[in-house]
Amino acid sequence: MDDTTIHAPKIKINNLSFYYGNYQALKPMAFEILENQVTAFIGPSGCGKSTLLRTFNRMYELYPNQQARGEILLDGQNILDPRQDVNMLRAKVGMVFQKPTPFPMSVFDNIAFGIKLYESLSRRELEERVEWALRKAALWEEVKDKLNQSGTSLSGGQQQRLCIARAIAVKPEVLLLDEPASALDPISTAHIEELIHELKEDYTIAIVTHNMQQAARVSEYTAYMYLGELIEFGPTDQIFVKPKRKETEDYITGRFG
Amino acid sequence: MIPIYRRRRLINAFNLFVSMLAVAFGLFWLGWILWTLFSNGLQAIDWTIFTQSTPPPGSNGGLANAIGGSLLMTTIAVIIGTPVGILAGTYLAEYGRGGWLAPATRFINDILLSAPSIVIGLFVYAVYVANVKHFSGWAGACALALIVIPVVLKTTENMLRLIPNSLREAAAALGAPRWKIITMVTLRASRAGILTGILLAVARIAGETAPLLFTALNNQFGSANLNQPIANLPVVIFQFAMSPYNDWQRLAWGGALLITVAVLAFNIIGRTLFREKIPLQ
Amino acid sequence: MASVVTAIERVKSPPTPKIISRPLTAARLGRQYFVDLVFLNTTRVFAFLVLALLVGILISLAISSLPSMRAFGFGFLTSTAWDPVTEKFGALVPIYGTLVTSFIALLIGIPVSFGIALFLTELSPNWLKRPLGIAIELLAGIPSIIYGMWGLFVFAPIFADYVQPWLIKYVGALPIIGPLFSGIPQGIGMLTAGIILAIMVIPFIASVMRDVFELVPPLLKESAYGLGATTWEVVWHVVLPYTKVGVVGGILLGLGRALGETMAVTFVIGNAHQVYTSLLAPGNSIASTLANEFTEAVGNLYTSALVELGLLLFLITVIVLALAKLLLLQLAKGEGAQT
Repeated sequence: MDDTTIHAPKIKINNLSFYYGNYQALKPMAFEILENQVTAFIGPSGCGKSTLLRTFNRMYELYPNQQARGEILLDGQNILDPRQDVNMLRAKVGMVFQKPTPFPMSVFDNIAFGIKLYESLSRRELEERVEWALRKAALWEEVKDKLNQSGTSLSGGQQQRLCIARAIAVKPEVLLLDEPASALDPISTAHIEELIHELKEDYTIAIVTHNMQQAARVSEYTAYMYLGELIEFGPTDQIFVKPKRKETEDYITGRFG
Repeated sequence: MIPIYRRRRLINAFNLFVSMLAVAFGLFWLGWILWTLFSNGLQAIDWTIFTQSTPPPGSNGGLANAIGGSLLMTTIAVIIGTPVGILAGTYLAEYGRGGWLAPATRFINDILLSAPSIVIGLFVYAVYVANVKHFSGWAGACALALIVIPVVLKTTENMLRLIPNSLREAAAALGAPRWKIITMVTLRASRAGILTGILLAVARIAGETAPLLFTALNNQFGSANLNQPIANLPVVIFQFAMSPYNDWQRLAWGGALLITVAVLAFNIIGRTLFREKIPLQ
Repeated sequence: MASVVTAIERVKSPPTPKIISRPLTAARLGRQYFVDLVFLNTTRVFAFLVLALLVGILISLAISSLPSMRAFGFGFLTSTAWDPVTEKFGALVPIYGTLVTSFIALLIGIPVSFGIALFLTELSPNWLKRPLGIAIELLAGIPSIIYGMWGLFVFAPIFADYVQPWLIKYVGALPIIGPLFSGIPQGIGMLTAGIILAIMVIPFIASVMRDVFELVPPLLKESAYGLGATTWEVVWHVVLPYTKVGVVGGILLGLGRALGETMAVTFVIGNAHQVYTSLLAPGNSIASTLANEFTEAVGNLYTSALVELGLLLFLITVIVLALAKLLLLQLAKGEGAQT
């Protein structure tokens, strides 16, 4: 590890559990996500890692009968409190999804969409912000002449970087990445991992991935989940080299999953 | 070949042959009707059909006033009916997950979609015409609008449902409020499909006669006054075709051809605009 | 943690530019929620409007039929009277006509639709499927007034000259169904109307049947083929039973259309206010009665009787269509597909 500063906890999870109707999808768990670090969530299909990620921005509230219980403290404030405004929360906690989801508008408008929700910028300021976000996402050089073309005209890898730029443009504090590279080819995947390494200097990142090696490559902390339970949480080096639990070891060494 | 098997193969061949006959049967009528329409109708089409108004029997004329009236009423019907259909369809697709209103409306809408259009005309008569005591173009446009609404509603809902949830979630993840997600992302993404629905609705009302029989009635002259009975193609065709006069019948065929071409054109444009299969009912 | 070393140059991100932004205020947030509420309720109102429309139609028609209902009561349904002069009206003739023409339409239409659907799903080579599908939609799209005109001017004369004499001579001589085919060959009449309705209804029923046949899981059909079943046997013993609810739904949909069809029937049914035994004789349907007589109806009772006819038609159609919808929903639920 090339970084010796002490990072404060950005998100503290206390006794968090999750229910689809009466079915308990996540068993009570507690851990911390540190600021400006990348925390990876790994585990076999169906272990609940995406469900967990989606509690951090209350995305599950779009659907009926889904409920989170417990506490998620973002900078000390419980975001699961019903008094917490969910749209404000989502402006602070951004998300990038498994499949690229460009809006049916131009590249420029895609990025501007999120910005215009919460800020009144002049045209020039808006253009500067869009350029900044695209540069941060390592997409500027490729699209700077195409800003008025539809977002859907880009390649898969470019679309995903567009979605990352879109998420960054609103200046969130936390970025949630739900298997961001699973739909992409290896070169685009390498781009994205490069990007994550850059982005963590400014953002706290939580990433869900089914690719263990990717988790090992990009993260400082890793959480291993199985069947809705947090089995082990610790520094990535320790999890992959000397896991404390046998279940973790079985997964890491490929004995199942 | 054992006898049982031979018999089965014969039955199979026979039935498959009969099914081919069924297709031929259907195509036969289609071809005959279209051929009749084109051969009788083309004779009647020339420039005067678009420039002269309906004549009294025995003299020359065209269908200009009827075409104009139909265009006028169709446009108004679309203007009235489309927003209702889109908004209601949006409710069904975006908000309709719980509660009773969405399933009930969906059910009722499908019934209205296939309900006899003559009853719609009767309804507008009872509610509007009987009260103002005269027939009018507005009444006709209203009746047509009531036919537009179920078509647009159904297509809008179906198209919105095709949009994957991940797109909505991506907008929500940025903190967009519900109404912005729906208007700026979801509806926008289904633009083409919704337009198709509108075109199909137009195709549907272009050929409707029954709802106009007791609402817009007919007018021998051209006028844009919607508060009076207004000339329109379907009713003119009905009147002329059932009459004993040759030139009126000729004009009726011409008008019939015009309507059919318009209906088929809208149908084709609508379906090529959006290649997804749109249910007939 | 090992960094991924890539051949692509690392783009060093620029420092965050000094952008002055005015963050969200509580007022703006509040406004968003207000707009959300307005939007939700506006769409809800329009959805409710559609619901209210059906109820509105029923109520307004019922109100306008009151004079007739009071004058004739339930006898309206069984009386064949139709005399505007003495103001005596009965619905039996139009109801009979509506039911008989629709029945003929289904009798012819169901087997033909089934054959077409069978062809489209099992026999047709792929390149033919799309054009055939378009042809079906063309047939469905032709306005009904065109069917009426074609029926009256083209089909009826040929029917009268070539087919009807044959029917009268041979089928008319058979026992039991003979009287149905007696009389003079006029061309127009109940049978003609039924045939034209059949042609109009075929695209709808065929289309639903085809959609419903395609819902059958290929694995199911393959297991039957794997046992050595012929195509026909797979369709008759596997596909049909699997989809029977949907097929019935489609048939009811066609029936709903046939019952309400106006212009095509009006041209060829002959406008006679009497129930004749022969199918070759003229008659009347509810829709054609309305189309022919409504605008000339003089007197409150006459108009009211006609509206009552319309109400009856609407009620019958609504019931048939509701049944169709319920059956189709049941099929969709069973398969997990969306209707």
